[in-house]
Amino acid sequence: MSLGKKLRNSQLWRSIFRHPAPLDRRNRVAVMLTNFVLHLHSVSAKKNSLRFSYTWGMGLITLYLFLVEVITGVLLMFYYRPTIECAYNDILALRDVVSFGVVREVHRWAAHAMVITVMLHMFRVFLTGSYKAPREFNWVIGVLLLVLTFLLSFTGYLLPMDQLSMWAITVGSNMARATPLVGHEGPGHQLLTLGGVDMITSRSDARLMLLGARTVGQEALNRFYVLHCVALPLVATFLVGLHLWRVRKDGGISGPVAVGDGRQTGAVGGEAS
Amino acid sequence: MIDWPHYASEEGFVAGLAGPLGWYYLGVAALNLGAMWYALRRRRSRLEAVVWALMGMAFAGLGGLAMSGHPLVLPEWLKDACDRALGPVTFTLGAMAGLVIFYLGRRVLVQPLVSWTALNVSLLLMGASMTDPDFARTVSRPDNVPIVGMVYLLAFFTWLGTAQAVRNDERLRRGQGPVEAGFTDKVLVWPDVVYIELIGAIVATVVLVVWSLLIPAPLEEPANPAVTPNPSKAPWYFLGLQEMLLYFDPAVAGVVLPALIILGLMAIPYLDPNPRGSGYYTVDQRRFGWAVFLFGFLGLWILLILIGTFMRGPNWSFFGPYEPRDPHKIAAATNIKLCEYFWAVWLGRGVPRVPPESGGLQKLGIILWREIAGLTLTCAYFVVLPAVLARTALRRMRQAMGRARYWLMILLLLMMLMLPLKMILNWTAHLSYIVSIPEYSFNL
Repeated sequence: MSLGKKLRNSQLWRSIFRHPAPLDRRNRVAVMLTNFVLHLHSVSAKKNSLRFSYTWGMGLITLYLFLVEVITGVLLMFYYRPTIECAYNDILALRDVVSFGVVREVHRWAAHAMVITVMLHMFRVFLTGSYKAPREFNWVIGVLLLVLTFLLSFTGYLLPMDQLSMWAITVGSNMARATPLVGHEGPGHQLLTLGGVDMITSRSDARLMLLGARTVGQEALNRFYVLHCVALPLVATFLVGLHLWRVRKDGGISGPVAVGDGRQTGAVGGEAS
Repeated sequence: MIDWPHYASEEGFVAGLAGPLGWYYLGVAALNLGAMWYALRRRRSRLEAVVWALMGMAFAGLGGLAMSGHPLVLPEWLKDACDRALGPVTFTLGAMAGLVIFYLGRRVLVQPLVSWTALNVSLLLMGASMTDPDFARTVSRPDNVPIVGMVYLLAFFTWLGTAQAVRNDERLRRGQGPVEAGFTDKVLVWPDVVYIELIGAIVATVVLVVWSLLIPAPLEEPANPAVTPNPSKAPWYFLGLQEMLLYFDPAVAGVVLPALIILGLMAIPYLDPNPRGSGYYTVDQRRFGWAVFLFGFLGLWILLILIGTFMRGPNWSFFGPYEPRDPHKIAAATNIKLCEYFWAVWLGRGVPRVPPESGGLQKLGIILWREIAGLTLTCAYFVVLPAVLARTALRRMRQAMGRARYWLMILLLLMMLMLPLKMILNWTAHLSYIVSIPEYSFNL
């Protein structure tokens, strides 16, 4: 008996993996059904969904980049303190003092890359018409995930507390001043008065809710930190799960659907599975 | 880390580029050799192989020249002509004309001989332009590097998608199914899919680590509320919104339009009544949807990001690609409202004023009278135009979609078209607002 076989037959191995090694067809099916991590997948997939020229691999890479962001983000949180006094110096230390000082680089470039891959993924899904029935709602979830990617990236932009971050967030959050009704420079804010007193001022409008103060400072840093590290990742994780689950339930990655209007596309069968 | 040469003098700058540029050209030469091999082995096209071999040799020669300190340099007159020709109007209209040409000529443009040559030309221009300090400084800012990558990725994937669409459209015309229909066999996810995922993860990791080792993440001076950088830029993916602030009231550019973009994107599956083109690349079977999406995605969204990233400099002035970022560049900042055009310029009378003591209905009446031209125009654009279109050019679409869907679709579409319209009106006629009611902080 070879060492590999011995290992796989050991009590320890068999207690961890609920199936024999996936070496024959039966066990290749079993592994997908019984493994917690792998059960995100279906057991079998259309050959079309394996073609790079069809899928561009962008959804997969986006998911992978999200995982990279989670892991490097946790590593960065070990060193980073979200206060006006410490934030900038901690980033300096991450570059100059901490071993393997490219974790921040990986985190930042993976974030940029993720924005790009999300946009490319949307582009591909549009070009192949994959948002059409029965996948309409998964496209909606996808748009929400695109927005979440922007928000995650935007909230992270402030954390180094350098000139770049502070003024980028200032430019971005200034737009909230002009929110209709609830921004203190927005259309219709004059309408919200109580006994002749304006309800919407620079101390009580949408921008203040975002920043916690009238300028970008400690309060904004705290809010963005919590949003970036806790709130938004939780929402994103839930929606990613929903998105992937819907991909499976809606019949896997899309393929040609024949239309019964005389112009056969040559596809066999629909997408119901 | 990449050691970018200092910009003390133009000669010193070019000399310092010798190494990086030399390797760049050699890399492009290697790319062409790869293309030659692909043409011979997979496409079995001698012609293509010969052309790519020649181009590869030319790039290798350029690499040698660059390494010996004589890189290819763009002549000054060409750079000046480029800077002079590239204003916001020509840039935007040129990009849109490019989209139209791409749509009409897609059958020719996706041919490997054409598209690979276009790639070579763009890489050559890129290399030659890097010898210009102003161009190099803009392109090599750490946060701008991903955008350069994005441009090439978008070009590649637009080509990849359209090339497959062209091929499918030909097959569909001949009564065959799309290429995708030949891949409906199923395979087991273990090992085929799982291994692809593993390989994808490894490739992505290698790219990320190399990128991180080469280019440090930007870190500027500590945040200082007293020193405003000029220009203050939003993160690159929001530069489209920042650019829209020039043409719209902040409430519209920063809140209303982004909300409509998100809602409009979500609404796409429910507004597209076309059952064809599901699950395969095609243009012919969904021309309208295809054209609208490419216009909105590439022609507006990406274009505005590019303008904001590469063309906007101090004071948010528009700069050509080779133009020094001069903070004292003078730009006309006249902004004229439509009501001023209407009353003062065309009718030769004063713009009606709202007396300070007037209140309630009287004030509203005067405001509406003052804005009569803009209100009429807005009404014609958003109400009359769609109604007319529903009975003429878009009649079939209106019937297929039903009333609610048609109106939702057409209003979102007109909103989207309002952006380029207002951009061009602003640049050519200095028009700021169609309807402007500062009394209620409302501007359109």
